[in-house]
Amino acid sequence: MNSNHVTVDGVQVELNGERNVLELVRKAGIDLPTFCYHSELSIYGACRMCVCEIEGKGLQATCSLPPEPGMVLRTTTEKTLRIRRMALELLLSNHCGDCPTCSKNGQCRLQTLAQQLGVREIRFPKPEFTHELDESTPSLVRDPGKCILCGDCVRMCREVQGLGVLDFSGRGWDVTVNAAFGKPMAEVECVQCGQCVSTCPTGALTVKNETNRAWELLYDTGKTVVAQVAPAVRAAVGETFGVLDGEVAMGKLAAALRRLGFNKVYDTSFAADLTTVEEGTEFLKRLATGERLPQFTSCCPAWVKYAEQSFPDYLDNLSTCRSPQQMFGALAKKHLPDELGVASEALVVVSIMPCTAKKFEAARPEFATEGTPDVDLVLTTQEIIRMIEQAGIRFADLAPEALDMPFGMKTGAGVIFGATGGVAEAVLRLATLGSDPKNRNSIDFHDVRGMDGLKEAQVTVNDRVVKLAVVNGLENARQLMERVKSGDSDYDIVEVMSCRGGCIGGGGQPLPNDMAARERRRKALYDCDRVQAFRNAADNPFVQEAYRKWLDEPNSHTAHELLHTSYSHRRRRANETIGVNESHDPNMVAVKVCVGTGCYLKGSYDTLHRLMDQADRLGYSDRLDVRATFCFENCGGGPSVEIDGELYSHVTPDAVNRLREEVIEPKLGYTPLVKEKAPNA
Amino acid sequence: MSQLTVERPMKADRSFARVQEIIQECGATESALIPILQRVQDEYRYLPQEILAYISTALRISPATVCGVATFYAQFSLEPKGKHVVRVCDGTACHVRDNRALIESIRKRLRLKGKEKTTVDQLYTLEVVNCIGACALAPAVVVDEQVYGQMTGERLVKLINEIDAREQEEDL
Amino acid sequence: MTTLTPILHPEALDTLREQASAVLDSDALRVVVCGGTGCNSNGSGAVYEALLAAVEERDLPLRVDLLDEAEMDALSLTFSGCSGFCEVGPIVRILPEDYFYVRVKPADAAEIVEKTLMGNEPIQRLMYKDRHSGEPYARRGDIPFYRHQVNITLDDCGLIDPADIRQYIAHSGYKALADSLFNQTPETVIDEVTKSGLRGRGGGGFPTGVKWNITHKVRGEKKYVVCNADEGDPGAFMDRSVLEGNPHAVLEGMVLAGYAIGADEGYVYVRAEYPLAVRRIRHAIQQAEEVHLLGDGILGTAFSFHIKIKEGAGAFVCGEETALIASIEGQRGMPRPKPPFPAQGGLWGRPTVVNNVETLANIPKILRNGAEWYRSFGNEKSAGTKVFAITGDIVNTGLIEVPMGTTLGDVVYKVGGGIRGGKQLKTVQIGGPSGGCLTTQHLDLPLDYDSLRSVGAMVGSGGLVVMDEDTCMVEVARFFMTFTQSESCGKCVLCREGTKRMLEILEKIVAGNGKVEDISTLEELAETVRDGSLCGLGKTAPNPVLSTLKHFRDEYLAHVVDKRCPAGQCAAFLNYSIDAAKCKGCRLCGKKCPVDAITGSVKEPHLIDQEKCIKCGACFDACRLNAVLVG
Repeated sequence: MNSNHVTVDGVQVELNGERNVLELVRKAGIDLPTFCYHSELSIYGACRMCVCEIEGKGLQATCSLPPEPGMVLRTTTEKTLRIRRMALELLLSNHCGDCPTCSKNGQCRLQTLAQQLGVREIRFPKPEFTHELDESTPSLVRDPGKCILCGDCVRMCREVQGLGVLDFSGRGWDVTVNAAFGKPMAEVECVQCGQCVSTCPTGALTVKNETNRAWELLYDTGKTVVAQVAPAVRAAVGETFGVLDGEVAMGKLAAALRRLGFNKVYDTSFAADLTTVEEGTEFLKRLATGERLPQFTSCCPAWVKYAEQSFPDYLDNLSTCRSPQQMFGALAKKHLPDELGVASEALVVVSIMPCTAKKFEAARPEFATEGTPDVDLVLTTQEIIRMIEQAGIRFADLAPEALDMPFGMKTGAGVIFGATGGVAEAVLRLATLGSDPKNRNSIDFHDVRGMDGLKEAQVTVNDRVVKLAVVNGLENARQLMERVKSGDSDYDIVEVMSCRGGCIGGGGQPLPNDMAARERRRKALYDCDRVQAFRNAADNPFVQEAYRKWLDEPNSHTAHELLHTSYSHRRRRANETIGVNESHDPNMVAVKVCVGTGCYLKGSYDTLHRLMDQADRLGYSDRLDVRATFCFENCGGGPSVEIDGELYSHVTPDAVNRLREEVIEPKLGYTPLVKEKAPNA
Repeated sequence: MSQLTVERPMKADRSFARVQEIIQECGATESALIPILQRVQDEYRYLPQEILAYISTALRISPATVCGVATFYAQFSLEPKGKHVVRVCDGTACHVRDNRALIESIRKRLRLKGKEKTTVDQLYTLEVVNCIGACALAPAVVVDEQVYGQMTGERLVKLINEIDAREQEEDL
Repeated sequence: MTTLTPILHPEALDTLREQASAVLDSDALRVVVCGGTGCNSNGSGAVYEALLAAVEERDLPLRVDLLDEAEMDALSLTFSGCSGFCEVGPIVRILPEDYFYVRVKPADAAEIVEKTLMGNEPIQRLMYKDRHSGEPYARRGDIPFYRHQVNITLDDCGLIDPADIRQYIAHSGYKALADSLFNQTPETVIDEVTKSGLRGRGGGGFPTGVKWNITHKVRGEKKYVVCNADEGDPGAFMDRSVLEGNPHAVLEGMVLAGYAIGADEGYVYVRAEYPLAVRRIRHAIQQAEEVHLLGDGILGTAFSFHIKIKEGAGAFVCGEETALIASIEGQRGMPRPKPPFPAQGGLWGRPTVVNNVETLANIPKILRNGAEWYRSFGNEKSAGTKVFAITGDIVNTGLIEVPMGTTLGDVVYKVGGGIRGGKQLKTVQIGGPSGGCLTTQHLDLPLDYDSLRSVGAMVGSGGLVVMDEDTCMVEVARFFMTFTQSESCGKCVLCREGTKRMLEILEKIVAGNGKVEDISTLEELAETVRDGSLCGLGKTAPNPVLSTLKHFRDEYLAHVVDKRCPAGQCAAFLNYSIDAAKCKGCRLCGKKCPVDAITGSVKEPHLIDQEKCIKCGACFDACRLNAVLVG
């Protein structure tokens, strides 16, 4: 026997660096089922579906077993099949089982495997399902009654996204997956990236379905409904229908959207080109002054929310550019009524996005004009596929159609926005092609392409070496931010995309949305890029026209009003307070000290402690009602203290004396007997 | 998980100062989480949600993870516990020596109904716990950390009556 | 407390040993009051105080500290750790005669001092008396409970003062450490442990030397030794007793393990439910550090080893080594798949040896007396002795230590003194809730790893719960399943869902609602959970079901087919009623009823409200006229 082989069901399979026996078995052509195994996540070993019988080792879960030369294993035996069927029967017996009406029907792994493995009977009584749906966020729906506790979402959120919004709670039969304290997702630090949705094998985590809302808008004859299609959608929308070429899929999608009733079909890549011009200009300005560097991209709404929650001191470094979706929305709402000759109220902008967080972004109040959102509705790729299916359209048979102008015009730079490194490359194309003749020949920046979590590159712009970094996955972003904060990096510009691979792997993309699918979509986008007539955003003729007609010049006042935004500190969770000192005095002074992360790290606990200590010594602590609280959304001004409803910033422990003497004591009517003896602590 | 969603106004007291001290003594690292929770629970007699949120901030662990740890271990309670904790051992030896009548008597004495564990006056919490390792003394009961062996329902009720008497004396 | 001088070379240890031993093992009177959890809860503290007062009252020369200036014949009065025979506590031992007094009360102190201490006269009243013949035994070694034991792990428990490191040193404590550090290499230490045949006492039975060798060979700058003292098996308390009675033996074992594998840090993971054990081990660590037998520069060498305590927080599953490691790291105590084994990637991913308390306590003895000596106990494949906790319907309950391979019959009848109340043995549950049951057909079965495994049981941590003929085996299975189900961590599908479903079926059968097909579903579930679960807890959780089905299938069938409980235990098949002809209306049953189900005025026949009745049997026990009928 060859020394570098493993025998799988009697067939010799060569070892080639597989990390575990499961991968090897799958390489051998056997679809060993799993719920909790994902190559990009840590090994969990809980679903027991992948057990095989190994000679000399007995029954073993193959996901955690390193392959050894000479190993002999059988995948399907009396025992392994019994284990898999029993595991499925047990899971189904504790599952709400409304399969026909479940949004995952047909795509649910529990359902598929039960069917494949022939589970025909459930011998155990079903418990009552009292779980309530969590529909608190604009993007995601959590249905605990469908959760099989595989922990995929938990590990995805913690390991890849670095957030840990979801975790197990309770023990044994009572285990559930929950946000902290069972709170709704909207009240915790979830950034709504939807990666949990991408990894959930059942219907426990799904994209909020807004197709019915879309149908309503389309039925309304008084409305002119225009669609903007994000770059990454073209790389994935055809998967369900066997159309993998991005350019072709985009053409077919345009045809499908028109059949669904959309009046115009535009390309978000157009707005991406606009973003590149605005953001590139902004960057060159910052580079010249050396201020607010590194500049972080702001296209990704999950990243923006994450930064607002976790890195309040770096919000000035974010590009002020709105994301392409919102640039499109603002521009469309302002100028399309005239272009199309319809009333402003009649225009409806629907975006087709790979992303769940875009639903959250569109609902942000700053992206509304006089109460109307710039983007009326966001549909994910999954949802538009569902609508195409609902309409019975044979997608594959459609003849590709061209997009509508002017907003259907794009360059290759705008297309690659959908992949990690794409925004950076678009900006690099703009910055270098416009300035340095040496770079004229190279429009491709291979250093920033690919699926690595962190990519770095250097280019020369205006005789200056520009260092740039590209991260995808929020855990990678967090690590990079820690380095930036500690001064261990000297980047000038950083592209951040929350999802691994970029938007092509967004939470709204069709399933499977694994790394193999993302890699395929990434390639599809670069294929699109290569065939475009223009590949530098600045060359987009309609972008140029937009400046001439409406926007003046890049970063002009008009451009700023329409295309830029600002950021604010955002608390991670709904407000809570900790009682520290209770006062029943009718004339008490209410003091709240923030102990949220930002303020805590600036020493707010010591502020609180010193204040109480001094109040005790001065004898008026019974007249102070003191509470510790989490976040006044004043993180830049931490430590923050609120006194009788008024907010005070920068109350470091050393500033306590002043606050006490100038604010608290006058309110209490307290005069120190001998002022010199007031403690200085 | 109804226990997780109950919002209750937290009584303001100076225990919070101890929380930070405990965190400093134990070290603000993930591996210190369980000892911190143990000591904080000694302070508050349970783990208030807001304090868990604070611990998560100080240790830089996600609140969901802190909550996950706090709900995993039987020792931790997210509900306030009574001033006196009565733990009836339900290990094999105690079970074999018939602790069932014992549990019924004490529940009757404390007027606990259904799944209630803590008396209305917050004076007693009754817990039926896994083996406390006093098997040779079965059935065993632990009242406020003191082990009592070869316990009967009558003796336990008498013990509670004595604590009651002491409590009333303190009140006077 | 006396200040201790650092011991910076082996000769200093020898000197201290000679000094301490000269006093401790002299002919002077030595009164040892058991201070284990059991005796303590029975009031041994007050007994100690009373004895001290009585001694002082009579101005007897008293040694206050082991090495004080008192005359050589001054008497000493100390606490010890657990003596194992908790049921008869508080226990007082008087040396050198080794008189053994049981159920001592403070009021007995004066008589003990005057008769035994001053007159060397044993007090028959306080002696342990044979349950059957009533014959009193004056000395510890005469009592059958102790006479049939062979004590290696426990020999100093119940004798030396666990709070005084010098008493441990007097009995050759830390001698093996000194010898290993100065005369042995890690390899020769591992070799000796391997040759001794010692296997993990926590349940797995993996050869300790082999485990050490693997960890020794894994390269790594940082390694850990973890002492697993998360003794969660209901009905087992040997680890608690060893920690309480001889904590230094465990510490020495850990340091030796550290030396052998190349670790400089160790953790004791101990249940928070054992507060006394936690205090003792904490104190022992302090003392050992004070004298440089632990900490930096042990015995003046460059070898350092630090030990920290982690208290568990109430999760049985943390006895599983990977769950225990997760718990030390501050996470939910959920097991993870192996490989990697802790030896390769354990605590914080570093090579880690996890050994049980009893295993570690054996190490110093093995290295002191040699592998050959150790192998002279036990049998071929299971060397040495094993501590068992025998409890339940047995005459002598307590902690016993017998050579591996001692038969079940000898343990139950010779050491345990047979079944209580003259009843018949029905079953012995061995190895805790995940063990299996043995029956009268196994009385000649040697208790060792392989023999037990061959009959579907296991040594486990060594709990032996003896049950008499009145036991219902379906109810026993239900009880254990309640435990494992409530302690399932909830991670893997089969254990989380499977134990719940097994419990439901067992509850259904016990409640009289079982069907014949439930038995086959139960059996299929049990086998699948055993075969497919992630960790040891899950794999062994179905054992009580499988072994009761194997040996007592008839009882299951009786419950589901005949709708009766052969042992007359399952309440669903019982009905309590009052024979109006016999009832004199004394109200006694009514007062005992925990749910107030009995009505009737004084001197009138009473009535049981069947709706309210929980069938606890309290009325049956209370009635002196046999008027309560069960049927």
